[in-house]
Amino acid sequence: MTTSKRRSFREPSLLTKILLQLAAIGILITVLFPIIWVFSVSLSPLNLIRPDGLNLIPKDATLEAYLQVIERPTGNPVSFIELAFNSMKIAGGTALASVALGVLAAYPLSRLAFRGRTFIMLVILGVLMLPAVATLAPLFVTLNGIRLELPILGTFNLRNSQLGVGIAIVSGSLPFAIWNLKGYLDTIPRELEEAAAVDGASQVRIFRSIVLPLALPAIAVTGFLGFISGWTEFYYSWMFLTQPRDFTLAMALSAMTGTYASAIPWPLVSAFSIMLTLPPAIVYLLSQRFITGGLAVGSVKG
Amino acid sequence: MSISTRINRRSLTPYMFIAPAMIVMAIVTIYPLIFQFWMSFTDYGLANLRQGAPAPDWVGLENYVKILTSELSIPNYSFLRLFLYNIFWALSNVTIHIILGVAIALLLNHPGLKLKRLYRALYVLPVLIPPIVVATTWRNLFNQDAGAINMLLALVGQVFRIPPETFSIDWLRQVEDPISFIPLPLSYYAMLIANIWLGWPLNAVVATGALQAIPKDLYEAAEIDGAGKWASFKTITLTYLRPAMVPFAIYGFVVTFNLFSLAYFMSSGGPFGRTELLVTQAYRLVNERQLYAVGAAFAVVLFVILLTISLITNRISKATARYDDF
Repeated sequence: MTTSKRRSFREPSLLTKILLQLAAIGILITVLFPIIWVFSVSLSPLNLIRPDGLNLIPKDATLEAYLQVIERPTGNPVSFIELAFNSMKIAGGTALASVALGVLAAYPLSRLAFRGRTFIMLVILGVLMLPAVATLAPLFVTLNGIRLELPILGTFNLRNSQLGVGIAIVSGSLPFAIWNLKGYLDTIPRELEEAAAVDGASQVRIFRSIVLPLALPAIAVTGFLGFISGWTEFYYSWMFLTQPRDFTLAMALSAMTGTYASAIPWPLVSAFSIMLTLPPAIVYLLSQRFITGGLAVGSVKG
Repeated sequence: MSISTRINRRSLTPYMFIAPAMIVMAIVTIYPLIFQFWMSFTDYGLANLRQGAPAPDWVGLENYVKILTSELSIPNYSFLRLFLYNIFWALSNVTIHIILGVAIALLLNHPGLKLKRLYRALYVLPVLIPPIVVATTWRNLFNQDAGAINMLLALVGQVFRIPPETFSIDWLRQVEDPISFIPLPLSYYAMLIANIWLGWPLNAVVATGALQAIPKDLYEAAEIDGAGKWASFKTITLTYLRPAMVPFAIYGFVVTFNLFSLAYFMSSGGPFGRTELLVTQAYRLVNERQLYAVGAAFAVVLFVILLTISLITNRISKATARYDDF
């Protein structure tokens, strides 16, 4: 009796297998349905009011929504490329700044003993608890009071500029980067660094030639996460920016669904959504192996 | 303490490394937070924003009193409703996420299932989509005329000979509650469905990781001892899942509690602000109403709430951590 029971434990019946497969496919349909729907709507003609049903490829399928998005997605005279370039500038700049400053700060917080360390960690932890919207009012008011005169960019209000938006984003992304990188450094074995210290290497040298290379996967992940959140950043850019030439992708998407309120141009919105989503998703899928692999485990034995 | 840390106890090197980040943080993070605290006791508004405008007046606790007693002069504002709804929103979502995540992880871990890797890869696709796109997509799906949900329901209804006009449901704006004795608008249920779609996959990933760490012979031993399927699920599976799922549930609770995207882009807080969350209300106070001082005070209140939540969740995770001491 025990043997037959054990066999049933290891080798499920055909009926069980079919039911399991059906359940998995059913779940897959619910996961993919919204994605396929957006794809289908994006291929519909621009003047569509009501889709004629649940078709994968709609009747009169056309790429005109994509062409319109590339040329001029909103009422403002800005193309998709210009919007994407603005988002890229903000996302890239803030990701770079917070990772560069973050890894420098994470190293002593993870490895060195110094006065004030606990206090700094508590402050960072406290700041991390705040959602981004929580510092909106003071940042808006403060940056609004600053007029900058720069050689190339001319005179401008810091609040109404991409630089201002970048500063506001860094206010939240820097503490996150420090915390994330510190957490990763804590998991790297210290043997290599201790050996280097015994050999008389300076802290700067140890940081540059041991810690930095080992932390590369974490730097990449933190930078990528920072880039993603900057790429679709909404709170600050929507609040700060008023000139159409500064607008970002998320602002355009929000404007498309907001201003038309009752008659939203869904094919346009869907095409825009897909073009907004694809770049970071492709980067993620391509770099997945690099991100999860290449950890510090092997380096101690070798 | 390791060698490297001991050697450098008196050195200035740590400060050299940390100084750039600390200077930047002091200016762009800490100073605004202190300024915010000061602002919250004033009547800072649009009039104080212009260059050379007069300084705002000190009003003491007035902003806080108005926020907590729901006397702000904006439509559909009630602090208690906002707060209770926000807690319920996070709790109901996370509960469903965890149950579904564990159930689907069990399915993905079953020896009889083929193509496991394919399912695992495809199930996490929602996580790759930016929140603003997720919210916009679900707003489209639940749209009264152009949405797929109503079309899908009409299609299913045809089988039972229900006329398609029945399914012209205004999911996100309908004022009457769908279940008369539960005071939640229809848009709550629509947002719940959207957030379930978004939320369970990561829970399933975490649960799958925990399930794979369970030694297989434990189940066989339990079976030999005559334990039924339910008994071994309760004693073995749940015991191993708990230490992984509890911290993730807490994380999920905080994320869902502050989930801006759905409440802002999908339902716009409607109908009548009933699906507004604390974070979206905070944003509207500053962005739409230009009540900078009130917004600052609201952010301080939000901070106190989040601090309280994290103190409570800390105790929960400490209390549950004991279970894995076996």
